[in-house]
Amino acid sequence: MISHRSDLPLDKDEHSRFLPWLIAFMVFLSILAVAGMLVLNATATRWDKGVRGTLTVQVVPSNDALKDETRLNAVLTVLATSPEIARYHALDKSHLVRLLEPWVGDAAGSGDLPLPQLIDVELKPATDFDAQALDKRLKARVEGVNIDDHRVWLDRLVRMIETFEALALVVLMFIVLATIGTVIFTTRTGLAIHREAIEVLHLIGAHDNYIARQFSRRALGLGIKGGILGLLLALPTLWFLAHLAQDLDQRLLPDIGFDTIHWAMLVALPVSVALIAMVTARMTVLRNLSRML
Amino acid sequence: MTTEIDEPIVRFENVGLRYGLGPEVLRDVSFSLAPGSFHFLLGESGAGKSSLLKLIYLALRPTRGLISQFGNDIATTPRDQLPALRRRIGVVFQEFRLLNHLSTFDNVALPLRVAGAKRADVNKHVTELLAWVGLKDHMKARPPTLSGGQQQRVAIARAVISRPRLLLADEPTGNVDDAMGYRLIHLFEELNRLGTTVIIATHNSHLVERLGFGQMKLADGHLTVAPGRTAEETGPASEIAKMAESAVDSGADSENNSNGEDEPYRANSGVENYL
Repeated sequence: MISHRSDLPLDKDEHSRFLPWLIAFMVFLSILAVAGMLVLNATATRWDKGVRGTLTVQVVPSNDALKDETRLNAVLTVLATSPEIARYHALDKSHLVRLLEPWVGDAAGSGDLPLPQLIDVELKPATDFDAQALDKRLKARVEGVNIDDHRVWLDRLVRMIETFEALALVVLMFIVLATIGTVIFTTRTGLAIHREAIEVLHLIGAHDNYIARQFSRRALGLGIKGGILGLLLALPTLWFLAHLAQDLDQRLLPDIGFDTIHWAMLVALPVSVALIAMVTARMTVLRNLSRML
Repeated sequence: MTTEIDEPIVRFENVGLRYGLGPEVLRDVSFSLAPGSFHFLLGESGAGKSSLLKLIYLALRPTRGLISQFGNDIATTPRDQLPALRRRIGVVFQEFRLLNHLSTFDNVALPLRVAGAKRADVNKHVTELLAWVGLKDHMKARPPTLSGGQQQRVAIARAVISRPRLLLADEPTGNVDDAMGYRLIHLFEELNRLGTTVIIATHNSHLVERLGFGQMKLADGHLTVAPGRTAEETGPASEIAKMAESAVDSGADSENNSNGEDEPYRANSGVENYL
């Protein structure tokens, strides 16, 4: 393909020199957008998997510590007799204090702050669990017990993530449109510059395909060049972001642990952009030539 | 796409041509060219000679009327079949229209490559033809480094490399001295002898009168055709060959004496071997 001779001196065109850089930039942005999309998707899945099938039972504290102990035991008895529950674990006070410390500081451990009893409950997998039924049973035995099955805030988070994903998709679409627009512009300029030579080829008996092939081959070459450039720019950036995320907080931000399919998707981006450039150039030339007799 | 033997190469019926909303450049042009005919196309500057040629080599669509090439009505021939018709037409453009970024070799090879010829065939034919037109030592040169006469020979070589059935030349003797002009006409005569239909636009009426070929005259947008002889009817040692020889002998040729390696093509120097 590279050794193939061209009848038009397209490789000497000044105006198309910038195309690989522009495509590199587009590929860079699209890789970031898709990487972001994949991370968000992975996060949503992980949160969903991690949180679904668990719930938290909260025993609201009263003034009497001794009474609270009895209430907790009553709740634990109910949980123990529920067949859908695989495991449960009451968090001890010190654990709670540790969780609260970042927000309320030393006051958390002072004892002045009334702390609820939290029970971490894990459900048996694949059971049709009815949170409301459990809630009713608990409330019948003990006053001031709440169940949080995480669904409400999880749904909200998932919805937010989906919005971001849609946004990334829109960004991707704009990138594709901008690439197509640029290639059309570049190709038209090339057609105008080489008008005379193209007309000679046409009159000598060249099919439109023959002429279009010269442009599409050139666009593919520039696209591949730009794609590789963009990939080379994007990979260190992704690595850097992943590193940053790990340093920041391992629990909150997921590491960018892509598997093979994800990497393949990212590598497919520059290839796709190069192919888009090729097809766009070809169609631009064919459309332009169709005006000639 | 088949062409019967007696079918006209080109047929115009009541063809009119105007550019945009301007006046008609050509009006009610009707003629038909038999295979193997030889015509000069005459007319004042601006009479529409180039326009008529453009219509014939399918660069323009007529405003009205019917144009038929090798038996194909251009108006009803699908666009993707026009290249096949164009490949049977060789054109020597007025300004040569060589591709300046390509070597002499590549310029001449272009019609063959466009038609998808095999690389070995392209190399063989182009090398042979370039040797025959005396440009063997300039195969790698680009047109801008060639003299006007050399460029013209490249243009002619490109026009005849694919052995066209119809050869058109727009003022091929316009930019060159008499000797070169005669030699060119002689080359066309040789091609005509081998069956190629030839039309040469010129306003060198002196030349035309002497040769006695057919004449197509354009005036006021109207065309009149006067039949004449063909190259075959005159035999090999034609008038024009003598004129070309005498012009070379008298040293009128300033084109090719600049360096010794540039050997001009000669009368009877073997066009039959090539074609």
